[in-house]
Amino acid sequence: MGNLLWIFASAMVINNFTLAYFLGLCPFFGVSKKIDTAFRLGLANIFVMTITSVCAWFLNNYVLIHAPYLRVMTFIVVIASTVQFVEMAIKKLSPALFKALGIFLPLITTNCAILGLALFQTNRGYSFIEGISFALGAGAGLTLALVLMAGIREEAEISDLPDVIQGAAQAFLIAGILSLAFMGFAGLFSGA
Amino acid sequence: MADQSKLYRETVKGLWKENPVFIQLLGLCPALAVTNSAINGVAMGGATTFVLVGSSILVSLFRNLIPKQVRITSFIITIATFVTVADLTLQALLPAIHKELGAFIALIVVNCLILGRQEAFASRNKLPYAIGDAAGMSVGFTFALVILGGIREILGSGTLFGFPLFGESFEPWVIMILPPGGFLTLGVLLIIFAQFKKSRARKALVRLEKEAA
Repeated sequence: MGNLLWIFASAMVINNFTLAYFLGLCPFFGVSKKIDTAFRLGLANIFVMTITSVCAWFLNNYVLIHAPYLRVMTFIVVIASTVQFVEMAIKKLSPALFKALGIFLPLITTNCAILGLALFQTNRGYSFIEGISFALGAGAGLTLALVLMAGIREEAEISDLPDVIQGAAQAFLIAGILSLAFMGFAGLFSGA
Repeated sequence: MADQSKLYRETVKGLWKENPVFIQLLGLCPALAVTNSAINGVAMGGATTFVLVGSSILVSLFRNLIPKQVRITSFIITIATFVTVADLTLQALLPAIHKELGAFIALIVVNCLILGRQEAFASRNKLPYAIGDAAGMSVGFTFALVILGGIREILGSGTLFGFPLFGESFEPWVIMILPPGGFLTLGVLLIIFAQFKKSRARKALVRLEKEAA
């Protein structure tokens, strides 16, 4: 149990996917202008990551042991199609949920955070449960980073900045400072 | 046959005017993740070049055979094949670098720059232009990675391509080779570029006004 908690916390804050591994930067800079959208994108990410983790575990244990060199290709194709299927199922079963996550799902599938999750999980040899804990932690970490970023950018919008800093440059500087702050979590669990 | 001036234009645009990292802000994940030293930038740039040029050639050759509805999937599978080749080749030939870059070689698959070029260019243009475009974009990407990696390596470890620059008394600015350094370096570079652009636009305006007067 302690191990699962550690994996979760480590993926969420210590090795935050966006701020420490630079995964999923496109949505991080593209969809972080409003807190509400950022939060929904984060939820969609948690959702897709959990599916990814389950898919990757099954592929690793039952399919790819016979052909490890097909890993990258298989991951991409299987994850993309599974997400598409789940998307259709949600559309049918829960229109409200679909409306909240809907437009993000196809976008997220080709996000490097998703494939990164599958690859890291494979490299570290996580078990089924550990994989899910890792996926939830990574997703929660992305949501946290997105919401923080959106909150800061909403404030920065109304502040008076020189025009050369506005736009992308400003976002990078904010991300750099956020990333610095997250470095403070390093070593959080090493004493335990 | 290929029109020389168009070929030249399509090749050169990727170097600076439409530089994938500095101007279009594409392919940021690898651009920031692996550039804690200049040599990593070169390795990542090399691998991306191989994948981008290879898949552009294939996609351009087969552009009339790929049905429109499944084109994205076909592009991704083409790219994934080249990435697998690059991944295994690096692992066999340069194991040290492969270990350093880790999962980021495999993550070239989801580099939006590569898929973007297939969709926007290779699938709509003849082979010579597609090669020119891919080569230009790759060189621009590698250039940006080496610049980022070089700056971070000089400030963060006091070396360039592994050679010490400042001697014993230099105290490295460690944060630059850690994750925050990536964001900060690119942010500051973008500000500098924006400033240059602004001052050049102002000068051009002054010149125009003088000519008018």
